Amino acid sequence: MSEKFDEIPMAGNIIKPGNATEYKTGGWRSERPVHIPETCLWIKNGTCGICWIYCPDMAIKLIEKDGKYEFEYDYDYCKGCGICYNECPTDSIKMEKE
Amino acid sequence: MTEEAAVRIKDMLEKDEILSSGHRMCAGCAAPTIVKLMGMALRGPTVVCEATGCLEVATTIYPYTAWKIPWIHVAFENASAVASGVVEAYKVMHQKGRFEHEHVDVIAIGGDGGTFDIGFGSLSGMLERGHDVVYMVYDNGAYQNTGIQRSGATLPGQETTTSWAGKVSPGKEQRKKPIAEIVAAHKIPYVATVSPYHRRDFIQKFRKALEVEGPAFIHAISPCPRGWRSETGKSMELAKLAVETGIHPLYEVFDGEEYKMSGPSKRIKELTPIEDYMKPQGQFRHLFKDPQWEGFREQIQTWIKEDWELLKKKCGVE
Repeated sequence: MSEKFDEIPMAGNIIKPGNATEYKTGGWRSERPVHIPETCLWIKNGTCGICWIYCPDMAIKLIEKDGKYEFEYDYDYCKGCGICYNECPTDSIKMEKE
Repeated sequence: MTEEAAVRIKDMLEKDEILSSGHRMCAGCAAPTIVKLMGMALRGPTVVCEATGCLEVATTIYPYTAWKIPWIHVAFENASAVASGVVEAYKVMHQKGRFEHEHVDVIAIGGDGGTFDIGFGSLSGMLERGHDVVYMVYDNGAYQNTGIQRSGATLPGQETTTSWAGKVSPGKEQRKKPIAEIVAAHKIPYVATVSPYHRRDFIQKFRKALEVEGPAFIHAISPCPRGWRSETGKSMELAKLAVETGIHPLYEVFDGEEYKMSGPSKRIKELTPIEDYMKPQGQFRHLFKDPQWEGFREQIQTWIKEDWELLKKKCGVE
């Protein structure tokens, strides 16, 4: 957000919903979660998804493309809280120091 | 109005998220997860009214907002009054032909301070007037946003910056307000307690709350790693333990009379000792360190057991 005074919307209104994505919270992280695809149930058969449900920062992307399942961390927003690491039923996530 | 609640993971992935990334809630806070699960239950156009609290402050730091649905904040004490106003405004606008949708769901969200203490008057008023609003409280056990002051939702024995523990005091000495039962006493159609760990139960209950005619109330437990002095990754585990220890039992109340215990609580054969819940949290550390508070710890356990037995009786569960 680096608009000049005459570019700011009238009354300082926020016009774009969800524009918090412009603010990157990834720098808060001291530990980084790393995904291990070999044992992950989402990669295997597209079930589970517990990490995605519990992630408070919406930093996990579960992608389904042409019958294949992909998993991706959005390190721009992940704050490294470790909820996904603690809750993963197959221990497919490990935490590494930044 | 036709959108189904998403309970299976594939349906959840297709549903639009209502809170975006980049909000500034603390790492490990469960409140964004609660909002995410709430979003899974929505059925159409929705307005969220919010009382001041962590969630309001940290998701809408100017010039950003993390909300993707209409959202309004006015003051600490009047989230439910604002929600009543929103319901009435849409009714009038619809009558005058200025608004196309048949119905708008209005949700009011408050923290435990804004619900148990400050906003209680306006909440009670809204329940009495019978506005079709779902009020959800995310209960993190203190005024965490302003620096961990005790609230009506603080557990006995919990150390906060206005109930210090030491040689003289074991933290908060009083019991927690039974908000769900107080609200149920207004004879409103639907009251439920939820925990984000039990996600299916959460979504189904929230959907029920949206579907009933008239006010509904949801009490969600929301672990706070900063104020509870717990590890950030343990939040969901604590939400689960809160249910297992009987500190936050899951149940529903219909029309203020009919109590029904929900699955996760019903399956509990014997309560887990509260020590399991307290040990991962630094705010209860003094209860284990100082031998003079052992009696108080047992007292808390007795209180919780009493409440649990009473609840079982109300729900008709053996």
